[in-house]
Amino acid sequence: MTNAQNDIAELEKTALGLRRLALKIIFQAGSGHPGGSLSATDLMAALFFGGILRYDSSQPKDPKRDRFLLSKGHASGIYYSVLAKAGFISEADLDDYRKINSGRFLSGHGHPKTPGIEIASGSLGQGLSVAHGIALGSRLSGFDSKVYVILGDGEIQEGQIWEAAMSASKFKTNNLIAIIDFNKVAQDNITKDLKDIEPIGAKWESFGWDVHRIDGHNMAEIIGILRKPVHPEKPRVIIADTIKGKGVSFMEGQTAWHGVAPSKEDYEKALKELE
Amino acid sequence: MKDAATRDAYGETLLDIGNNTDIVVLDSGVSDSTRTKKFGQKFPERFFNMGIAEADMICTAAGLATTGKIPFATSFACFLLGRTMDQVLVSVAYSNTNVKLVGTHCGLAVGEDGPSAQMIVDIAYTRAIPNMIVIQPADWEETVQATKALVEHEGPAYFRLGRPKVKAIFDSSYEFEIGKGRVVKKGRDLVIFATGIMVQESLLAMEELSKENINVTLVNMATLKPIDDEIIIEQTLSHGALITAEDHNIIGGLGDAVGQVLLENQISVPFGRIAVKDQFAETGTGPQLFDKYGLSSNHIVQAVKNTINNKR
Repeated sequence: MTNAQNDIAELEKTALGLRRLALKIIFQAGSGHPGGSLSATDLMAALFFGGILRYDSSQPKDPKRDRFLLSKGHASGIYYSVLAKAGFISEADLDDYRKINSGRFLSGHGHPKTPGIEIASGSLGQGLSVAHGIALGSRLSGFDSKVYVILGDGEIQEGQIWEAAMSASKFKTNNLIAIIDFNKVAQDNITKDLKDIEPIGAKWESFGWDVHRIDGHNMAEIIGILRKPVHPEKPRVIIADTIKGKGVSFMEGQTAWHGVAPSKEDYEKALKELE
Repeated sequence: MKDAATRDAYGETLLDIGNNTDIVVLDSGVSDSTRTKKFGQKFPERFFNMGIAEADMICTAAGLATTGKIPFATSFACFLLGRTMDQVLVSVAYSNTNVKLVGTHCGLAVGEDGPSAQMIVDIAYTRAIPNMIVIQPADWEETVQATKALVEHEGPAYFRLGRPKVKAIFDSSYEFEIGKGRVVKKGRDLVIFATGIMVQESLLAMEELSKENINVTLVNMATLKPIDDEIIIEQTLSHGALITAEDHNIIGGLGDAVGQVLLENQISVPFGRIAVKDQFAETGTGPQLFDKYGLSSNHIVQAVKNTINNKR
């Protein structure tokens, strides 16, 4: 199944449904990461259902496909929800999320045993390097595939991110597109107080990247930047200002909702806000 | 056959097999020492010098592997593995990507650069990783064949190579096979299981021993995982005494692997071990360090005699 919903309102509706689904499976699992799933939802909805990412879920290993990597792997609640909606797995598979003997290996963090997933995640900082390797490999094979990777804002405190930033610049890997889900909140603290990553745009510019900054919850803006042709030689980074827990008022901007599942009461309250 | 370092054989083999366009080579700024430089000159589009950034190199290799390439990620063993446990575990082993981790300059044989450059825990570490196989060739011919075998093998591998020149041991009639030990020389009184540079060191010891009419068998254990249980059991039972020899810490290396096989098979015979005795060494030439830290042929001679005495 390939998807191309061009209508912004339709995409927003899709994103709303994905938020409900992600919260549902985290609630069912009794554990997971709602905050970072909700902040990344609009970005992933645009990629998978806005006609950006080139994929065929019945051919998940097609060598000419575009690739998507979720480097901030803890947001698996939204990842699996998107993969189900895109047809890589079924919605029924989601009932196994974070449970033993999961038929599609729906672990707390993604793994390539699940169709649609390229590489294991769970340790922050590795995804940009992996995505870069994929971009180099695709280019070497003569394919025009693009590789999209979503990074967390806290994640870019990892030194390896900056090793990869230097590498992609050196190799002029312009089919690599990093998207930073800049939700301002990490597990321990707000990112700024944990260790400030600003001035974030200047950092990437000085590393030789084509830098763009958008509102990561404005679907028209997201689609607009994702449709922009690649830079002739620079890798691209899209800094998407987002809100942790976006869409559920009592979760928004809260470190407390980084890594806990909602109670039944909170889940029902959240669903009402996501209608 | 050629007297040369195993890293030299690796570099030359990459050139020979480089026409296979699936092969890509990565290095982290030490390609003149690891001998990947020539591959880079001949096949620049398939050579990625990632700079001094081992973690990035390992994960980039993993990404390349997912596109069907066969990456050889190469650096000094100390940094290739020392700086990248997390990357090797998640992006290579757990993801089961077809990445060949090639660590040169292993063991005390490195010499003067000192303990921070002498990797003595890599066999222990890589053997403990699910999905990973571990190979250490002993000479030129074996390195050539093992490099080619790694191209055919689908899955993560650690390839342990050395800095100093070693003597040619095998000719082109030798047949390397992943997972198989090989009898290098047949004897009577005891069997030595050796790996890497210690195969050469054992041969030197055997020359000395033969002068005293002590004849021992030497088995080359190039594959450290999966370990060849069969040859360990068969040779140990037929000799009734054994020693293991490795340029690696005594914990977690060949000696432990062999001991584990014997224990699991209820085989209890005199057993001597040549290895670094759970300590960091110092600076000095490779041969000086081998002598001082118990790895040189004279130590093997002594260990063989002691072990045979325990047999009686």
